[in-house]
Parts: sequence; C-alpha cells; structure tokens
Amino acid sequence: MHATAPTEPVAGRTGRAGATPARPGGPPPGRRREFTARRGLVITAFLAPAAVFVAIFTYYPVVAGSQMAFRNWKLTDLTDTSWVGLGNFRDVFADPAWGTVLANTVVWVVGSIVPQLVIGFALALWLRRRFRLRGLYQALVFFPWAVSGFLIGILFRWLFNSEFGAVNDLLQKAGLIDAPIPWLASPGTAMVAVVIANVWYGVTFFAIMILAALQSIPDELYEAAALDGAGKVRTLFQIVIPYIRTTLVLTVLLRVIWTFNFPDLIFGMTGGGPDDQTHIVTTWMIEITQQGDYGRASAIGLLVVGGLALFAVFFLMATRDRREVRP
Amino acid sequence: MIGKETTAGRTTKFAFLGLWLLFTAFPLFWIAITSVKAPGDVFAYPIAYWPETFSLENYRGLFDKADFGVYLANSLVVSTVAAATATVISMLSGYVLARFEFRSKSAVLMAALVTQMIPAFIALGPLYLLMTDLSLVDNRLGLALVYIAMCIPFCTVMLRGFFANVPEALEEAAMIDGLTRLGALFRVLLPVMRPGIVAAFIFNFVNCWNELFLSVTLMNSDRNKTVPTALNGFISSFNIDWGSMSAAAVLTILPTMVLFAFASRHIVAGLTAGAVKG
Repeated sequence: MHATAPTEPVAGRTGRAGATPARPGGPPPGRRREFTARRGLVITAFLAPAAVFVAIFTYYPVVAGSQMAFRNWKLTDLTDTSWVGLGNFRDVFADPAWGTVLANTVVWVVGSIVPQLVIGFALALWLRRRFRLRGLYQALVFFPWAVSGFLIGILFRWLFNSEFGAVNDLLQKAGLIDAPIPWLASPGTAMVAVVIANVWYGVTFFAIMILAALQSIPDELYEAAALDGAGKVRTLFQIVIPYIRTTLVLTVLLRVIWTFNFPDLIFGMTGGGPDDQTHIVTTWMIEITQQGDYGRASAIGLLVVGGLALFAVFFLMATRDRREVRP
Repeated sequence: MIGKETTAGRTTKFAFLGLWLLFTAFPLFWIAITSVKAPGDVFAYPIAYWPETFSLENYRGLFDKADFGVYLANSLVVSTVAAATATVISMLSGYVLARFEFRSKSAVLMAALVTQMIPAFIALGPLYLLMTDLSLVDNRLGLALVYIAMCIPFCTVMLRGFFANVPEALEEAAMIDGLTRLGALFRVLLPVMRPGIVAAFIFNFVNCWNELFLSVTLMNSDRNKTVPTALNGFISSFNIDWGSMSAAAVLTILPTMVLFAFASRHIVAGLTAGAVKG
C-alpha cells in the first residue's frame, strides 16, 4: 500500500474533493488543501500502521506468490524451482478442465448476482417503509450475512442430501418429484444447488446496501414526484434508481469480485464435484494448491486478478454517470 | 413500495416478505432441529421436522469426544484481537482518506481495492514460508496479525465513508480548544461515530470468525485450531456424522447471530450515518 506523503498540494483539481456528494455546511473546498509540512506528517503517520500490515501480510506474499507463476514450484519436488516462463499458463489453458471451469464460473457469478440484486432490491424497497415488527423482520432475514460461506455450504449439503435431506423430502411430499434427486451427485443439478445456496446467502448484502441508499433519499423527492403525477414505475426508474446509482454500481462490482473469489461455499458443499461440474476458477485453484503445484495455482491466480481488473475497468466505464444527479 | 400503498400492493408485499422469511429461516431451522435429535434419529425415516424426543447428545459429544471448547476459545480470542486492532488502525487511515486531499490518495484507494480482487490462495504458500521465518506458524498471535491485514482494506473504506459524513467543524473546534488531531479523533469523533465503528468492528469480527483457508494453512496443531478449521476436518472424513456436524454448525453460527441481533440496527444506521441530513 502506498503511504508516501505528498510533497506539494494538488493544485487546480477543484470540484473532485473526495468524489463524495456535495456536503452542505462543510468547509469550502480548497481550504483543506493548504499544504503544511505538518499536514504531510499527519497523513503519513495515520496511514503508516495500515500500510505496514497490508504490505507485510498481504502484498509481500502476493508478490512472492506471483513470481511462482513463472517457476516450476511443486511442493513434491523443491530441488528444482527454475524459471519456466509462461509454461504454467500454457498448462492451465491446455488442461481439459479449463473450459468447464470457466463456463461454471460464469454460471456461478451471473446466476448468483442477478437474483441477488433483484430480490435484494425488492426487499429493500419493501422494507423502506416502517411497519410493525420491521426491526425484527430485518434482523431475521439479514442473518445469513453473519454465517460463513463455508458453513452455508455445509448447511446446504445437508439440506440437499439425497437420502435424508429436507429438500427431496419436501419436494416429494408436495408431489413435485416422484423419486429423490441425487442433487449433489449428478452433474446437471449440482450447479443449480450451489447457486441456490449462494442466492440465499448473498441477497442480504444487496438488501443492506440498497436499503441504506434508499433511506438517504429525501421524502420531498417522492412527494415532488407524486405531485408531478409520476407513477410507481416511473418514480422507481427516474428518481430512485438514478439517485442510488453509485451505490448500485459499486455494490454490483464488489459482489461480482467477491463472488468470483468466493470458493468457500462450493468448497463446503461439493468440493467442486461431481466430476468438476461445480468447480469454479478459485475452487480449482485450491485443489491444485492442495496437490502441491504452487506454480500452476499462482498462474491461475494471476489470470483471476487480470480478468477481474479488466472487468472492473469495463464495468465502471459502461456504467459511468452521464447525467449529473444532484441531491 | 413507493408512494401510496394499495391493499393489493400491501398483500403482495407481505406475501413476498413472508415467503422470503420462510426461505431464509428454513435452512437454519433444519440444522438446529437436526442438532437436537438423538444421534440415531438423524438418519431415520420418515424424516422428522419436529423430533419426538430432544437430545443434547450431539452437543455433549463435541466436548467429550472432540475439543470443541478449545476451538471456540481460539476463534474467540483471535477474532476479537484482530477485529479490534484492525478497527483502530482503519480509523486512522479512514480518517485521513476522508479529510485530506493528497497526491497518492487515489493510489492508496486503488491499493485497498486491489486486495479485494486477489484470490487469497495465491498468497498462501509464501505466507506460510514468511510465517515460518517469523516463527509465527501455528500461533494464535500470528493468525491474528494476518487477519488484521485481511480486515484493514475494506474497513478503511467503510470508515472513510462514515468520517466523510461527520462535519469537519467538530474536530476543528476540538483542536482550537487545544486537543491534538489524534485526541480530537478519539475523544470527539469516536463518540459521535459509535454506531459506525461498532458496525465496522462486528463486520471485522464476523469475517475473522468465519475465515477458513488462512487458518487451515497456518494452524496445524489440534490445540490451536479455530472453529472453521475443525469443521473442515469434520467434513473431510468419509462418512460425515451429520448429528455432531449440525451441533457444531449451530455453535459456530450462534455467536455471530447474537452479535448481529444486537448490531443489525447499528449496521444499517452506520451505513446510512449522516447520509440523510447531509
């Protein structure tokens, strides 16, 4: 993490102060930028502890791990850790599982994020207005957020157990299926099951973030829209969504990144099986790490980082705010 | 929803909310019920959703046959220390990022964002070697240090948002009254921002409590295992004993649920802090 103190004030960049929305009542911009040596010292001193921790325990291992991607680095044979250039990457692309894993990852991310966003948004809209026991309701439906992905995997592994799991039993009682489905053992259904588990888990985060953003919309705005004769749908698309678009864009971006880097649930639920059918890139990377091939695992890791960085850039460009929405 | 509510709208709303509550609660209910069945009843037909006899045998087994109490204590100590330290450190960095404009600021924010994109597994090998050099492998302090680093980036960004919503005039007044900047931060801003800081602490705590892969890598002796590491051992065995597994899951989920029950209001309030009235 960079913690270098500035040597001169940032001049001539007005209006972008922190990119936070205008804060009425705050000090005029510019005053904060007056440079003093003391100010530089404060910035450095306050950032230093965070920088030291992240540098030692996150960035150093990551950089050290990245160079393993270009080496022959196998736990089984540490006598030869020579450079192999792009050899590890070639091995990854040549692996017959690579195509499956990539396709699974797309299904996993899109299949999880879209329902999470839609249901989370609906929940937030419905929770915006006060009703009796709303506090209790919120506390109850927000619980999944507090459970670890790994444990959720375990929970749903038991729910989807083909012999003694509740899902098959309930579906049979409801007459929807005749015979128990081996959910986690058959390739077609295992992915459906892990995605359902992830939707169960992830809706909460969307609901929390969107509800928080919704509550920042002043009531006057709704009243004005109602006075102008805007219906619910128009109010939603022309007032609500534009107003909270920053939250929406950033929440989706963060969730895509996290879902991509979220092997925990699948790890606990199927371990990537059956027959690689629920392996996403990161669970596959774990399996290869556990086999001791750190070089190849690091190569996959670098591909993930690169892919996500590209995605973040494109996503932010595609959703850039073209219209200034002033609170 | 938005605007005036119709009766039909209300019905849809509460039907949806009710269904979602059922969907959310059911897996937790199911694991809790499984955990209080007698060990023999876990694998029995027909499947009972309300057992005829309740039994704490599965729980007793965790403490008699396994050292689950030790795992719980390890998780509690490591998570508390790491979450508290990370929150304090992130207050400093979040404060600076909210209050000052400086040249490398966007680089700092980028560095924080990038840590969220890196799959942790790329760092595990080198981290293990590093911790070996520092003699911190299989050491609760060592794990806490790694967790602090894990929590800082997101916590910084979160707290930065909270600081941005507190008027600067507050600490300026305190500094005119003779407090140092650090003094103003801890004596004036901290009390005002308490809900946000509590939310940040709980967020960190839950993340540490739930963390699996780092602890699996770094903690290898049984007396230092955290709860997720122990659970991983349970599911790695060929025949999962779902009775004790469920009991262990309930004991793992419970602390985070209790924390969450106390703090969910603060978490939402923390996220909205100040955003309403500018």
